[in-house]
Amino acid sequence: MRRFRPDLTWSDVTPKAAFLNRRQLIAGAAALGFAGPAAAKLSYAPSSYSTDAEPNTFEQITRYNNFYEFGTGKDEPMAYAGQLTTDPWAVKIDGLVEKPGDYDLADLLKGVALEERIYRFRCVEAWSMVVPWIGFELSEILERVGVQPGAKYVAFETLVRPEEMPGQNYPILDWPYREGLRLDEAMNPLTILATGLYGEEMPKQNGAPIRLVVPWKYGFKSIKSIVRISLTEAQPPCTWNMLQPREYGFYSNVNPEVDHPRWSQATERRIGGGLFAGRELTLMFNGYGDEVASLYAGQDLTKDF
Amino acid sequence: MSVADRINRAARRLPAWPIYLIGAALPVWLFWQGTTGGLGIDPVKAIEQRLGLWALKLIVAGLCITPLRRFAGVNLIRYRRAIGLVAFFYVVLHFLTWLVLDMGLLWSQALGDIAKRPYVTVGMVGLLALMPLALTSNDWSVRRLGALRWRLLHRLTYLAAIAGAVHFLWLVKAWPVEPFLYLGAVLGLLALRAIPRRGRTAA
Repeated sequence: MRRFRPDLTWSDVTPKAAFLNRRQLIAGAAALGFAGPAAAKLSYAPSSYSTDAEPNTFEQITRYNNFYEFGTGKDEPMAYAGQLTTDPWAVKIDGLVEKPGDYDLADLLKGVALEERIYRFRCVEAWSMVVPWIGFELSEILERVGVQPGAKYVAFETLVRPEEMPGQNYPILDWPYREGLRLDEAMNPLTILATGLYGEEMPKQNGAPIRLVVPWKYGFKSIKSIVRISLTEAQPPCTWNMLQPREYGFYSNVNPEVDHPRWSQATERRIGGGLFAGRELTLMFNGYGDEVASLYAGQDLTKDF
Repeated sequence: MSVADRINRAARRLPAWPIYLIGAALPVWLFWQGTTGGLGIDPVKAIEQRLGLWALKLIVAGLCITPLRRFAGVNLIRYRRAIGLVAFFYVVLHFLTWLVLDMGLLWSQALGDIAKRPYVTVGMVGLLALMPLALTSNDWSVRRLGALRWRLLHRLTYLAAIAGAVHFLWLVKAWPVEPFLYLGAVLGLLALRAIPRRGRTAA
């Protein structure tokens, strides 16, 4: 999937007029914040890691979300995320790093090279989308804060603020939402911290102001609204893995041959295809095998699922 | 006049046939909404889930009728057949939506899921349990079987209701409240039936 297309931007892929038009139609709901009122335009470069598949629309990406902090329904994040305060925002970076501290988001983003990464996104629930993220490689930040030699894993935490995140008033998950990656996974160039999509600041229901995107893993690994990044020696606890270890492994790589105990992962439904689109075959590592298969050489992925 | 008497009086005047009419119209409306963008970003799941939920609600409603008569003196028995048949109709549509729209007629995966995935298996058990009930929901069958055997056969409703509620609980991620409410309602309504009738039990 490595195809270098330096002359293309997202506007070549999706007609901008079409998506702006849609936003005017839903302008009344903009007060809720889901369209990111007055969202700042981001400047970014195209990336050779982008897929040439056609992205889902802005509307599909921002109105069909799993973000249990705002409720378990797919439309609840869009309905309730508007009240989330994302400025000021700080990210605590601690653990086995040279320069730990509470970093203001603006400082963290200073000097990073924003790129557009059009990635396939595969949910563990067997649906998928294509999302034009704006972000930068996680390794940029990790290199800047300095990873100590003993570090083997990176742990992430989502904000806990029940007064703005109504879903956190219920013990549906063990808050804060936690996720983690092995250090080599975190350093892989496909792994990004995203701060926007469709050329604009990240909509709140998609994990504003900063979220992880790991395109070869099931969507729940791509943790949203991050407030803490810790470098650790031991494998960190992860929310879904803690809840049902038999169903959600630490790795959770997209793998059509390892089924979820309760449903098949061999195929997926691409969101936006209409009533009769049917299913597509799910690809190993969500189609990113060229970039990441070597990370798991020698591992039995039916055990390390 | 008591509330129960008033309801019974009103029920005598209201026929059951509108239930079939509305029951048939709702899926048409649902499907039309699905093709015109009225069901959100994922109309396939919306149609599938709504049909399943409607079926479960109707099954719970059907299970209410006997306890209402026994404990509240409200007699809605004339609507029970219509409620049951519409519930079955929705279960069949729910299954077809899964097979055609969700599975995209991938027969091997669909059959594999029915055999391997407990929540799909349980759902199929519920559908199969309802089949003989739908086939015998007519006056001719009641006469043919005799009231006693007919009633015995129609206790399969209990199995179908439990299967439906377990199917719902088993397919969700984490432990949301809603499926527990349905399972609780089904089990509660079945438990009411286990209360012995006065005068029939010894001591």
